[in-house]
Amino acid sequence: MAFPTNFPMISIISCLMCGVVCSILKKDKARYVTYGLMILLLILSGGVLSYTISVDSEFIYQMGHFGAPFGNELRAGVLEGVLAIFFTVIMFLSIIAGEKHIYEDVEENKINLYYTLICLMMSSLLALTYTNDIFTAYVFVEINTITAAGLVAVMGSGRAYFSSAKYMIMSLLGSGLLLIGITLLYDVTGHLLLSNIKEAVDTIAIKDYSEPFTIIIALITIGLSIKSALFPFHSWLPDAHTASTISSSAILSSLVLKAYIVLLIKIYYRAIGWENILETGVNDIVFVFGIMAMIFGSIFAIAQKDVKRMTAYSSVAQIGYIFMGIGIGNTAGIVAAVFHIFAHGATKSMIFTSLGGIKAVSGHSTKLADITGAGFRNKVAGVSFAVGAFSMVGIPFFPGFVSKLNFASAACEAGSVKMIVILVALAISTILNCLYFFRALIALYTPVRDMAGELREEVDNTRPTVKYIATMACFIAVNLFAGTFSDLIIKLITQGLKMFS
Amino acid sequence: MSRVRSDYEKTLWRKIVRFVNGENDLFDEQSGFNIEAEELDARKRKLFFEEAEWNKKKVQITELIEERSEESEKKAVRLYERFYRLFAVITCVAIIAILLATVVNLPDYGDASNPVNNVVSRKYIEDGIEDTGAVNIVAGMILDYRAFDTLGESHVLFIAAVCVMILLKIDPDSEKGKRFISLENDRAYEPKNDPILVWTTKILVPVIITYGVYIILNGHLSPGGGFSGGAIIGAGLILYLNAFGFKKTEKFFTQKTFSVVSVSALLFYSVSKTYAFFTGANGIHSFISKGTPGDIISAGLILPLNICVGAVVACTMYSFYGMFRKGGL
Repeated sequence: MAFPTNFPMISIISCLMCGVVCSILKKDKARYVTYGLMILLLILSGGVLSYTISVDSEFIYQMGHFGAPFGNELRAGVLEGVLAIFFTVIMFLSIIAGEKHIYEDVEENKINLYYTLICLMMSSLLALTYTNDIFTAYVFVEINTITAAGLVAVMGSGRAYFSSAKYMIMSLLGSGLLLIGITLLYDVTGHLLLSNIKEAVDTIAIKDYSEPFTIIIALITIGLSIKSALFPFHSWLPDAHTASTISSSAILSSLVLKAYIVLLIKIYYRAIGWENILETGVNDIVFVFGIMAMIFGSIFAIAQKDVKRMTAYSSVAQIGYIFMGIGIGNTAGIVAAVFHIFAHGATKSMIFTSLGGIKAVSGHSTKLADITGAGFRNKVAGVSFAVGAFSMVGIPFFPGFVSKLNFASAACEAGSVKMIVILVALAISTILNCLYFFRALIALYTPVRDMAGELREEVDNTRPTVKYIATMACFIAVNLFAGTFSDLIIKLITQGLKMFS
Repeated sequence: MSRVRSDYEKTLWRKIVRFVNGENDLFDEQSGFNIEAEELDARKRKLFFEEAEWNKKKVQITELIEERSEESEKKAVRLYERFYRLFAVITCVAIIAILLATVVNLPDYGDASNPVNNVVSRKYIEDGIEDTGAVNIVAGMILDYRAFDTLGESHVLFIAAVCVMILLKIDPDSEKGKRFISLENDRAYEPKNDPILVWTTKILVPVIITYGVYIILNGHLSPGGGFSGGAIIGAGLILYLNAFGFKKTEKFFTQKTFSVVSVSALLFYSVSKTYAFFTGANGIHSFISKGTPGDIISAGLILPLNICVGAVVACTMYSFYGMFRKGGL
């Protein structure tokens, strides 16, 4: 076996080890360890991607001395490699950009624990990407749930505790349904490895246990959509994203929600079988809720006075896009959904981190009235917010535009009813996106004349650091890359999805 | 020519025109963003006074609301609450009904032809001892066949301990910590000097901890293992702490002990399992021998891993208790 096949295992375990080590280090050392880990992960994920592209096939990595169907397995293809690189880059940029805020918001002796949470979160994201075993996936879903709630609670304010508890309860409800689904699936198939489950589903489950099988699909879908905040289950999201520190908001919105969707697509494709999903019609239900999320998320966002909360509601709408793409029911729809995972991840983390810079020059507030003119006070943050807003609204050269285009073209391949619904919903959603993002953008670039002395002092004290400027530049570069070289990314996604089934 | 309406400025169209010109907010004309800094300042000052006023009036207002709230409003709230409860009950009953209906359709319990009784479980039972060297099949399963899951699971415990630390740990040097220690610390009442508790503890704790150690060390031979043995040791430590107080336990168990033990246990776990995964996946011969099944030193990595898991579980249990009692160890 070629050496790069070891990389997924090494990257997951090095995340776990770094997380454990960070818990006993001082805050600065913990930070350096985390940054070092991220660089290592970038190299390893790049190795996985280049290896899978060069051999043009997936590979299975057997965890231990026992092969399928007895032991655990990891599996990596092109899509997994791209996802791993994407998760690492966004995580790295988010924690660098929010570094100052982490040091301000988190208590002195708990900063190293924050980095512990980051490392373990990273391990769970990678494990959910690479795993080929449904129970390993559940174990790392648990790690993901607890760390995500910890990332909110680490702020230490009453609001953070409240939101974190709410998040935890909703998220555990999702985990519970997922676990019931997994146990029932094991009961009717007798396997835990995704590929073996698929075989057993085709031979046993469909014929003898068709009713429980439908319930299993429903339970897994509902469980994971609660965890990724699909529309009727989104109530925890705005609180959790608003109450946490900037990096946490970026990570929760861009990565945590996405990891569950990746897992859902993986289970659909590799365990249950896409044709069975189409037969039961679960994708149509997902589609309806996705469309509802697109519209209602945006309407809720318009009603917000706080830009951070508005951005959080915008995430609800964007998650709706992804589920809508899954619900279309053809390969083009899935490709568009996976591309939107990248597009929204890159853009939303940039918007949240730019709000960090804006918050610093607006008297620690992100209220629409307070951020007036902040685009002049912190130019980098203003520009990156503008880029993010353009991307979310769907202006060419930015990733949001490409994914809207993909959704529309996927819709044209679907049936006529779905096509009309999607095109109309896309149009309405674009207008609504315009309304709230441009309102915030106009506020950012409305000059405040005759600055009061008090405010000016604040401005001078909080000049953005070189590190912040460099990170935001990287964010903008990532977004422009995803927007202009989208063909390359879409080619990789298509190649990866082909390996999936 | 139509007449210009008197309320022309207030129409939706004019609002949108003003919004497009950047003069005002579309939805909230009052708190629009086109305001001068002095006005902003004045508004902030006003807000401050308003807040003070508000705080004063808060009590009065709540009373007023209670008095004045009209019957219809009360009715609406009551109706909403009733609907909410009804809806919750209906949802729960529906879910229960669906799950029960599913259970009826599941394979019969204990039937030999069930999908679960396939090649996987047969191999675990028939070849388990030969493959892993552990007489206890469960230990062989969780620490050898499916070791990666257990590695994740022990980190779940660790991350739970970290989250409890984030929530409850108190820095004794900080302002908040000092206040807590002076006000809410119950250590002043220690040791309790309760003879019944002290004597029971003296008799029981050695037995409990020995039993826990036995369960961990014998994990690969008989039912038990790291998780259950660790929980027993943790319970023994908590009992000891309750009888003799923090002063005595701090002689052998501090924050530092917790970090050193759990971190080194988890690191050993990760490193040894990396070696096992690496050799297994690449088909390299592993130098870890399985020994004679049934011996105390056998089953390769399972015994040391059981000890690691036990240490982590015991430390986590004890640290939970310590955190809840006084916000630290």
